Amino acid sequence: MDARREVEPDPMRNRTTVERTSEREVVVTRTINGPARIVFEAFTRPELFKRWWVPKSFGLSLLSCELDVRVGGTYRLVFSHSGSEPMAFFGRYIDVTPHSRLVWTNEEAGDGGAVTTVTFEEQGGKTLLAMHDLYPSKGALDAGIGSTDGMSETLDQLDELVVTLGADYGRS
Amino acid sequence: MWRILNHMVQYRQARLDDSFGALSDATRRGVLERLGRSDASITDLAEKFQMTLTGMKKHVGVLEEAGLVTTEKVGRVRTCKLGPRRLEEETAWLDRYRQLWDSRFEALDEVVEELKRKERIDGRKKRG
Repeated sequence: MDARREVEPDPMRNRTTVERTSEREVVVTRTINGPARIVFEAFTRPELFKRWWVPKSFGLSLLSCELDVRVGGTYRLVFSHSGSEPMAFFGRYIDVTPHSRLVWTNEEAGDGGAVTTVTFEEQGGKTLLAMHDLYPSKGALDAGIGSTDGMSETLDQLDELVVTLGADYGRS
Repeated sequence: MWRILNHMVQYRQARLDDSFGALSDATRRGVLERLGRSDASITDLAEKFQMTLTGMKKHVGVLEEAGLVTTEKVGRVRTCKLGPRRLEEETAWLDRYRQLWDSRFEALDEVVEELKRKERIDGRKKRG
């Protein structure tokens, strides 16, 4: 497997990293094979943004996408997920520096919402993207991460079932 | 916008039927059992279960949707491993978060490639 990875590298695809850098912050990084002005455009023009922000594999569809990308301007995204009630995500832009930096708030979560800072760093025709989500407190980030209350027990049960089924399969 | 992930986790909880549905198939149970021993690529799994790549991709997709398996594409190889449900909660969350971003960036790559092509064509027109 490893040998094949070296023989057939996919130059179009770069690695995504996610790291909790502090009690209050999560950072996602990825290199994009294009200059910063183009990547910035993909973040700020709604008709482009909506083509990539909603991953098809997550079974979501974007009902509307309004981005007023200027300092103090607002954004509003409405998603639907498998026939459930639509969910709205909204906030405002607090810094817009063309081709290098975007900062927006996430207000649908009330006071617990993170502030998202995106930096675009161009190197040799490629752009290193870093997305920082800074939460107002450790508690707010933990609440985000730990929002699966009640899920653990159910999943433990499911785990047990999987193990049992796996054992059955092994015998058959 | 980060909250979308939490909403999705909650929907997944409400849709546990998916997980049990995923387990209703002998091949998929076999895949889980196989991944319990070590990670494997889709190609490995297809060979082991004597199926087409397309068929195996479908099975892995069902397991992935149910959160029982995660996949990561490095180069042209998609590696499968047991899902985040077996990991610590925070690790699981970060893993899902990474998957969400990975999918987003894959689509962003396409948009950026298209814009680059368009720039090149426009550039040629201006020069011409």
